Amino acid sequence: MKTKSYMARIMAAPHILWAILFIAAPMLFVLYYSFTDASGAFSTENLRLLLDAKYLTIFLRSMAFALVATVICLLVAYPLAYAISRATPRAQKVYMMLIMLPMWMNFLIRTYSIMAILEDNGFLNTILNSLGIPSVHIINTSAAVIFGMIYNYLPYMVLPIYTVLSRLDVRLLEASADLGCTPAQTFTRVVMPLSRSGVVSGVTMVFVPSVSTFYISQKLGGAKYDLIGDSIERQFQSAYNYNLGAAMSLVLMVIILISMAIMNRYSDGEGGLVA
Amino acid sequence: MKKFGFLIAVCMMLAALCLSAFAADRVINVYNWGEYISDGSEDSLDVNRAFEEYYKETFGETVRVVYTTYASNEDMYAKLKSGATGYDVIIPSDYMIARLIDEDMLEPLNFDNIPNYEYITEDYRGLYYDIENRYSIPYCYGMVGVLYNSTVVAEEDVKDRSWDLMWNAKYAGKILQFNNSRDGFGTALYRAGADVNSTDPAVWEKALADLKAQKPLLQGYVMDEIFNKMESGEAAVSAYYAGDFLTMYDNNEDLGFYYPVNADGQIVTNLFVDAFCIPKGAKNKDLAECYINFMLSEEPAIANAEFVCYACPNALVLESEDYREDMGEYAMEVLYPEDFSFSENYNAMSYHNLNPETLKLVNDLWEDLKISGDESGAGGANYLSTALVAALVIVAALAAWLIISKIQKSKREKMY
Amino acid sequence: MRALSKIYTILIYVILYAPIAVMILFSFNSINSTGIFAGFSLHWYQELMKDAATLTALKNTLILAVLSSLISCVIATAAAVGLSKMQNRMLRSAVETLTDIPMMNPDIVTGISMMLLFVFVGMRLGLSSSLSFVTVLIAHITFNLPYVYLSVMPKIRQMDTHLTEAAMDLGCTPFQAFLKVELPAIFPGVLSGLIMAFTLSLDDFVISYFTTGSGFETLPIRIYSMTKKRVTPDMYALSTLIFLAVLILLILSNVAQRDGKKKKK
Repeated sequence: MKTKSYMARIMAAPHILWAILFIAAPMLFVLYYSFTDASGAFSTENLRLLLDAKYLTIFLRSMAFALVATVICLLVAYPLAYAISRATPRAQKVYMMLIMLPMWMNFLIRTYSIMAILEDNGFLNTILNSLGIPSVHIINTSAAVIFGMIYNYLPYMVLPIYTVLSRLDVRLLEASADLGCTPAQTFTRVVMPLSRSGVVSGVTMVFVPSVSTFYISQKLGGAKYDLIGDSIERQFQSAYNYNLGAAMSLVLMVIILISMAIMNRYSDGEGGLVA
Repeated sequence: MKKFGFLIAVCMMLAALCLSAFAADRVINVYNWGEYISDGSEDSLDVNRAFEEYYKETFGETVRVVYTTYASNEDMYAKLKSGATGYDVIIPSDYMIARLIDEDMLEPLNFDNIPNYEYITEDYRGLYYDIENRYSIPYCYGMVGVLYNSTVVAEEDVKDRSWDLMWNAKYAGKILQFNNSRDGFGTALYRAGADVNSTDPAVWEKALADLKAQKPLLQGYVMDEIFNKMESGEAAVSAYYAGDFLTMYDNNEDLGFYYPVNADGQIVTNLFVDAFCIPKGAKNKDLAECYINFMLSEEPAIANAEFVCYACPNALVLESEDYREDMGEYAMEVLYPEDFSFSENYNAMSYHNLNPETLKLVNDLWEDLKISGDESGAGGANYLSTALVAALVIVAALAAWLIISKIQKSKREKMY
Repeated sequence: MRALSKIYTILIYVILYAPIAVMILFSFNSINSTGIFAGFSLHWYQELMKDAATLTALKNTLILAVLSSLISCVIATAAAVGLSKMQNRMLRSAVETLTDIPMMNPDIVTGISMMLLFVFVGMRLGLSSSLSFVTVLIAHITFNLPYVYLSVMPKIRQMDTHLTEAAMDLGCTPFQAFLKVELPAIFPGVLSGLIMAFTLSLDDFVISYFTTGSGFETLPIRIYSMTKKRVTPDMYALSTLIFLAVLILLILSNVAQRDGKKKKK
């Protein structure tokens, strides 16, 4: 047993070292800027500023957008990942590559293309009109922003769920059917609990970047209702208020950490069948 | 495992390719706006390659131009400020040059190495940001104007050439505003006849009120998206730089353009200059000066002026028949409006570097503008609140399911 | 049910590929616009071939993405396996939280805080220019770590630990047990982590922008810097070519596999 844990330590060491050097150390700069003012003196002014109505609004708005996007992503991705995991192994590989492939195209070009589709006289409305359906106004609304988030982060939801589902033991499903479960019962009692770790990974990988995203709301939402990421970006990029920007991202991080902790509480203890 | 071997082989090959990039005696690092130099596309002259050839012929040494790009003055400043860069030539705008000089981030130029400076006539010398002509040489300049789609906008609304078109409720949902604080506030301040470099907070507060009143009429705040949206007719009214209007006009001849005037018929809009500078600590200052000098000579200057499509302060370009012919009559009219003297108007019409307090105020107010309000004003249904309610219901259902399954499980465990 | 799931899958893929179709369409535009389509032409492909700066940027992007995804994959996978075996839960959750930080922070915060670190260290060491290819590479590896870790971890939880023990009982060293039993079991997770890391690295703009030195420009930086003027259709042409190249590779490898299987039979 001794050699085993020795080995485990060696394997984890580079990662831990890397995380300390390149994740923790830069975070010290963020901490430093959060608690100082422009002259470098200690100050909690930045954090107090965030209690202003305008920053509360923007925090809540970002959380709302991210939550909606994550839930829709999960609802869309789960059946998809399930369908893919039931295909032949060769087809599975192709499907998964095809999920990732659009993300290899440049983000800006993809976003412009989405704009061209969703615009009032864009491709979508042209198609709808030719079918005799009236136009829909999507561009520059929150619907467009949420669509953009889902489009961009869907693969990060599908991938982990698929990874878990693909390894699901078919015999378990057969056993459950033999024991008298309907397909629906098999799904809720066997498949869903078994895929929980994948869902947790997926939710994390979608929710977290959606909360802090910028650009999507600027390009697809007409930049009319900024999200927290836009504001942080502006502090660093054009206002040069590193202190406020750092404080904002610190608070954002704490909020995310708390929500992750709550989620992990529910996901971890349940792993009986998995581990 | 074979696949990994293959991948590693591929990346080794790529790395080898990278290292084998041809060696030159000297290297010069140029940092410029994207799409802001004649680069050989569309049969233009690739001025960087031309410089390399020129240098080899003249000095017998090979030189390599490493040319990289940025999207805004602010991006460039953030990068330079980090102090770890090593650029030799940069091309910032006027107010940013003022700031860089203030913060001692520029190197004074040695004009003995830049004899072609003579082609920059007196009109374009001694501008406010560099009165003594020590740090910068103008590259190009231009003005902001109002763009409109003549199939949508009525003749009578553009007749008086006013900023009011951007606030005209008739075109609600078809108007685009700048998505950066300086230009955005600029439109409101010029419209109100106020000083764009004012240090009086009341002036800026008033401009914010105007912008807030405009917000419900806007389709969005945009930068480069303006090209697609104006060309395709998605939007009908906006403000942008004159040279870029010409690019859009090439693709959609329904577009119209004017420089906004006040009640006295005087042009009131932003006039900007972008200029060559050498950042402090540049390692190849003599080479940088040689590069700038080359860019001021006839052929590269004309190529750049035609490619960038902004107005050019270089006499060699202005006197060139070829340049006038290539640009066309309409473009010349737009870029160099008649009865408009650059030197008389520049100092009054340009953005100056604001003092830190004002800069902070402007940023705060812009933040207010961008955060305030909801989408109900934008003429759309409120999708978000509906979706949020639905999402919360689903999350609650999932949580309930988790908790119930947990309880059930513990019950089961008790049974055993 | 089968038909329904087929229709659903196809629908999702249609939505995913609609913007790509628009991109391909505009790459064949005859005019300099990505807003209106005037007519079919190969003009922008010819322009692309002449554009040496863009091709260099493409090469830089690929080198960066391949190296950073491979390195981060090795580091994070080893860590996930190692940490899962440690009894110390505190250490594990501390490391996991730390690892997640680059994912939680907006890119700009990650980018600028790393830039500040590199400049600080560079100045201490007296380097004339502290930002370079190496610093972008470090930054990319760093923000790839959580994604690899998160996609490997579920697999490890699924893995049957008894198998490892059995292998060691049968005389494997811990390292052999890892190579022969554990790695194959978690390989799908590693692969999906690798793909994710590669994808993220390929498309990152903000972090690369702030951590790169003079002279190393990636494709996203080049495209974003066009946004004062406009993104020209030759960028669309380039993306289309990349898309087609990957698609063809995918089809070829698929066909090759099928042939391989047939021969075996």
